[in-house]
Amino acid sequence: MSKNHDWEAIAESPKFKQLVARKRVVLSGLMLFSVCYYFLLPLGAAYYQDLFKRQIWGPVNVGLVFALSEFVVAWTVAVIYSRIANKEFDVLAAKIVADAEASK
Amino acid sequence: MNKSLLIGGLLALGVPTLAWAAEGAVAPEYRLMTFMVFGAIIMLTMYVTYMASKKVHSASDFYTAGGGISGLQNGWAIAGDYLSAASFLGIAGLISLYGYDGFMYSVGWLVAYITVLLVIAEPCRNIGKYTLADILAYRNDPKKTRVVGAISVITVSTFYLTAQMVGGGVLVKTLIGIDYEISVMAVGVLMLAYVLFGGMVATTYVQIIKAILLVIASIILVMLVWAPYGFSLPEFLTAVVGDAKVQGQVAKLLGDSAETMSPAELGQRFLEPGLYLKDPLDQISLGMALVFGTAGLPHILMRFFTVPNAQEARKSVIWAMAIIGGFYVLTLFLGMGAAIHVGAADIALIDKGGNMAAPLLAQYLGGGADSMMGNFMLAFVAAVAFATIVAVVAGLVLAAASAMAHDIYVGVIRGEHATSAEQVKAARISTVIVGAMAIAIGIAAKGQNVAHLVALAFAVAASANLPCVLLTLYWKRCNTGGIMAGMIIGTVSAIALVMVSPNMTYPLKVKADATKLIAEAPAKRAGFEAKLTDAALIGSARVTTTKALAKLEKDVTKAEEDLIKYANKTTSMMGLEEPLIKLKNPGIISIPLGFLAVIFGSLLWGRDRRSEEKWTELYVRQNTGLGASNAHAH
Repeated sequence: MSKNHDWEAIAESPKFKQLVARKRVVLSGLMLFSVCYYFLLPLGAAYYQDLFKRQIWGPVNVGLVFALSEFVVAWTVAVIYSRIANKEFDVLAAKIVADAEASK
Repeated sequence: MNKSLLIGGLLALGVPTLAWAAEGAVAPEYRLMTFMVFGAIIMLTMYVTYMASKKVHSASDFYTAGGGISGLQNGWAIAGDYLSAASFLGIAGLISLYGYDGFMYSVGWLVAYITVLLVIAEPCRNIGKYTLADILAYRNDPKKTRVVGAISVITVSTFYLTAQMVGGGVLVKTLIGIDYEISVMAVGVLMLAYVLFGGMVATTYVQIIKAILLVIASIILVMLVWAPYGFSLPEFLTAVVGDAKVQGQVAKLLGDSAETMSPAELGQRFLEPGLYLKDPLDQISLGMALVFGTAGLPHILMRFFTVPNAQEARKSVIWAMAIIGGFYVLTLFLGMGAAIHVGAADIALIDKGGNMAAPLLAQYLGGGADSMMGNFMLAFVAAVAFATIVAVVAGLVLAAASAMAHDIYVGVIRGEHATSAEQVKAARISTVIVGAMAIAIGIAAKGQNVAHLVALAFAVAASANLPCVLLTLYWKRCNTGGIMAGMIIGTVSAIALVMVSPNMTYPLKVKADATKLIAEAPAKRAGFEAKLTDAALIGSARVTTTKALAKLEKDVTKAEEDLIKYANKTTSMMGLEEPLIKLKNPGIISIPLGFLAVIFGSLLWGRDRRSEEKWTELYVRQNTGLGASNAHAH
């Protein structure tokens, strides 16, 4: 089962470098944004109570809307990532794999 | 052979449960119906296990269902693996008692999946085979990293398992009055039947069934709760803040500072932060453990080896996030619904942590404690909760058993040389060992407060497993030394910090609290007794007061016992009079320590030729899936 690909050659190929560079930007960007947005919730609940208590829709206050927005943001990040991954990463990865199988 | 054993197991389960049934939330005349609902769900899962047992031939079938699970199926299974009783019952309970803070607590459990999706699921699918240590052993010294990896996996699983077993035992006892020990054994034997005969195939289907039942039960309850308000959020919440029981609960939580507040202000306060979570640093610490720990939980990680490729792994996280997130939004309505219909006082009366909120809400919505439908709904929710615990426990046992059999026995002791039949046998023996251990620990830990063990499992996973997996996948200079240092320091620091934290029992504090409770008891008792002599007090209000009085007497007895138990003790298990740190959650300290340990461990280890040579191969593979172990074609 062990096929010996020329790993160094693949790693040096422009396509692989492009894939890794794109992934680095997308992954670290989305990760950083998600983590920061998440920790705004406990920080806001602790230090911006007046804001969180402000009622905007009947008894619904900013804090409740912000907590609900955490769900929406998490789902949105997941959808954005999977779109980019399906359209860009998978296509590039498939090309790299095809090249590697061909040159073996 | 399998069939007769399965039937034997079923009988062994059914007979004692009927015989030992005693006091519980379900009224005696409805107990038979409850057992029938439980029986139906158990029969269904046993049938699935029987079908699955025919498909389990190789080690790959046993550990990863042959890699033949689809993304959609795996998404449901992840939800089934992850939504433990702590989520279903615990979070709904927290919301019913503390409002906003309970809901805020649930957010981190979903956000955690962003980490899983972005940096863990796909690379792990591309690199790993059966276990977490497979990923570590890929470019590092296989024996050394398998040993530390397996120890960490077994540690995390054991903490989580203990919390589930004790929680399960208490839950079944509270709901239907079966003895604690019998409940723990029932959970253990059922789980063993699934894993032993059906391996990952049966475990996956049991988790899917459980997740579907959980979602159906929650949707039905939320429909019933929300429909009277025309499915309008402000109208529903207006009813919540205007409810006298909710206002009373807030007044009780706030104590003296509530005296100047109007009922409307008290009600609105239920939707504002600060009733439960007081220390922001502790919350951030817990949040870190959740967000970074979920991706390091071995039983969750293992699920990504069951799909054929990285695309399906990605799809499964997306599905899992939809199901898990949707479920937590539903718990907001379950918790708030329980707060207005059942009331925090009655919920806390049966279980202080609020775990009975959802089951009691179901009973109310079906028509109340005296109605057929009410008890059927209670029985259904109780059975779903039971299925929940069994499914989570099955996943945990499989993860721990795979570390023991695949990493330690096959990898280290046999030096990777074992036939498929030997591997399956080792896996089954390990499953029995871990299962027996789970039952023994569950029974031994009776009466212990184990709630913080789940948080500790996440903390260890975040401080040891995640830094090691992440850095071996993404950092070129990571090597064997880093993995060993990270695993050991991450695990030890998380545990050590908890050992000196306020989570432990401090006799001086217990005695002070007990003395205070006993001193205040006569005044409270007189208050209840005065209420009861009032003939105007009738119906449920009288029942509540009677129950509250009984609970007070129980608390006093417990306090008196504590005073005797700790009479000669002044220090905790660690020899401390009071906690060394204020933090209950160690993550904020132990997670950075884990990462630093991997980094410095790698730099100080010197040259590790294997780590360097294999790096390019690993890096290409984890990013492209080239040469990943595929689902074998039957």
